[in-house]
Amino acid sequence: MRSFVEWLDTHAWSTALHESLHMYPIVETTHVLSLMVFVGTLAIVDFRLLGVAFRNVPVSQVTSRVLPWTALGFVVIVSTGVMLFYAIPIRTFHSVWFRLKVILIVAAGINAWLLHRRMTRTRVEWDNDRKPPLLVRMSAGVSLAAWAGVIICGRMIAYNWFDCDKPQPAWVNFLAGCIAEAAVP
Amino acid sequence: MTLYDIFDMLERGPIGDAIRNSYWLFPAIEAVHLIGLSLLGGAVIIVDLRLLGLGLTKQPIQRVAASASPYLLGSLALMFATGIPLALSEMIKLYYNRSFWVKVTALAIAIVYTYTLKHPLIRNERTPRYVLFVLGLVSLGLWFTVAGAGRWIGFSS
Repeated sequence: MRSFVEWLDTHAWSTALHESLHMYPIVETTHVLSLMVFVGTLAIVDFRLLGVAFRNVPVSQVTSRVLPWTALGFVVIVSTGVMLFYAIPIRTFHSVWFRLKVILIVAAGINAWLLHRRMTRTRVEWDNDRKPPLLVRMSAGVSLAAWAGVIICGRMIAYNWFDCDKPQPAWVNFLAGCIAEAAVP
Repeated sequence: MTLYDIFDMLERGPIGDAIRNSYWLFPAIEAVHLIGLSLLGGAVIIVDLRLLGLGLTKQPIQRVAASASPYLLGSLALMFATGIPLALSEMIKLYYNRSFWVKVTALAIAIVYTYTLKHPLIRNERTPRYVLFVLGLVSLGLWFTVAGAGRWIGFSS
């Protein structure tokens, strides 16, 4: 993994994107704007599943009409996210915040998959309910919490408190996977 | 007293001081500001999609707008509650920051537009379809400008 990010770092395009006067801010801003589309529309669906918004609209109608936009936002946010990683591969790879962010994204994905499975099996029974069953509401709550965590971690990647290029407590070095070589800026 | 003096005075206030003197406060408030942004995005986009003839098309526009309204107000409140302290910590930087002025101008227009034009025209059932379409398009343009210029504050000097 480390050798892979080192290899990415040797790419001329990686350096070009990182140092570009306009491209890097444009990609970063697109990443933030797609957050509004992706998490924004996902939150609408989660609020419906929690039974606090659009309660008169059947759940299936909300998911079928809104989730395609969530998916579109997801494609843009992942593409720009990959570009941002590509621009600064080694530092991001060793970022404690980035690592936590990836774990939370995977957790949110598993939660979404479990929720989707439950919905395909039982939704007909509660599609029109103003307040869906407890397990569904819990899943929607987990989703909102996980994505809020992803946003927090994502914002924190920009700060260098836990970077490998300065002395860190042992637990940070462990979590960040710092190696002696990475200590050289 | 010039505008600069007012900005200078606000920057020296207790809130600005507290945030500047803290390691964590600015980033933490920023993160909540971003969570608010995504909620604001959802509240705006669900209505604007409907105006464009997309999204929750089986629901009357009035109902979609009414359902989203508390979420819009709530997320706006969260955005102001976090955005104002962030601004207070760096008023002088913002004074010279073009993106900041683009952002607050677009924000003022977006809020006035939403509550004096968009919502009243949505509530009026005789508003023609093409007007609703334009209302949605302009709203998306305004809010994305606010968010984009907001992010750009950190890039421009």
